[in-house]
Amino acid sequence: MAELILSKADRPAKGKTWPKPASAKRLREYHIYRYDPDQNANPRIDTYFVDLDDCGPMILDGLLWIKNKVDPTLTLRRSCREGICGSCSMNINGLNTLACTKGMDDSTGPIKIYPLPHMPVVKDLVPDLSNFYAQHRAIEPWLKTTSPTPKTEWLQSVPERAKLDGLYECILCACCSTSCPSYWWNGEKYLGPAALLQAYRWLIDSRDETQSERLDDLEDPFKLYRCHTIMNCAKVCPKGLNPAKAIAEIKKMMVERKAA
Amino acid sequence: MVMSIAHRATGIANYAGSALLVLWLAAAAWGQEPLNVVNAIYGSWFGQLVLFLYSWSLIHHMLGGLKHFVWDFAEMMEPGQREMLSWATLVGSVVLTLLVWTIFVWVR
Repeated sequence: MAELILSKADRPAKGKTWPKPASAKRLREYHIYRYDPDQNANPRIDTYFVDLDDCGPMILDGLLWIKNKVDPTLTLRRSCREGICGSCSMNINGLNTLACTKGMDDSTGPIKIYPLPHMPVVKDLVPDLSNFYAQHRAIEPWLKTTSPTPKTEWLQSVPERAKLDGLYECILCACCSTSCPSYWWNGEKYLGPAALLQAYRWLIDSRDETQSERLDDLEDPFKLYRCHTIMNCAKVCPKGLNPAKAIAEIKKMMVERKAA
Repeated sequence: MVMSIAHRATGIANYAGSALLVLWLAAAAWGQEPLNVVNAIYGSWFGQLVLFLYSWSLIHHMLGGLKHFVWDFAEMMEPGQREMLSWATLVGSVVLTLLVWTIFVWVR
């Protein structure tokens, strides 16, 4: 059910303002959501100052600078620092994106950072994505065939392969699903844009032989049809993919197979 | 997301506006006296303002519906295209509403 307001215990309070680095000339202010499950306290928004002359240009560089030089307890996920692992997805200045590919110079004023919206928070900027991963598992994101396995590879023509462009690039960062109001309200039953984009990626793979069963699985009032084309997913995808369009294509396939 | 919220809000407003329409028809069926009362209320500046907003709400919701109809074909969903459609919905609804009122109310 829709929850429009956070419960009192979940509302972030004003947190600590950490000292400015000594003798720094160019500073950038970070406002960061902090939550520690081991302390019986509300989340809080801490203020940090990053020395731009001692730090790389990306939001993630600033976060790691803070973690290394100011506050080692700041908790976040990160790995590749080049937009391919999808670990450092978070809500930056109101939009879900990857901290590693978002430049500090993309905005002015304090940089406001929260964990991905409407997910349970494990600690600070680390959300619990168990449900999100389970949904990806549920669409069975692998090649399923019934005919005998060929001696060599499963072949695919160049135009057939081209249909997977714009779909296979998804890095499962969860920016899209956690930006979607339908997913916020019905995240347990609605698969969400990320899982559905992957569902479509396997539905239109020319080598897959279980299209009909895959469509049967999605023919459900919640799994697929909670998408109301709000378009937040396509707007925030840090890889420039279009989950909304993939979902529209699945809905079209549903209609077309009924008409056939 | 703003346009999605606007589409829902106008959808809800259309329920309330349709009740106004029903009230008017019911008054007409009831007799001349009740109809005169409703006509006087709807004809006041406030009544006209509410009816104007109701007509805008109807047209905005209709254009929004057409936008979703286009999107149901997985067309016009690329960046730029979708913003263009959303602006067309917004601007189109205002222009069409003014056009309807000009033709059927103001210069009639």
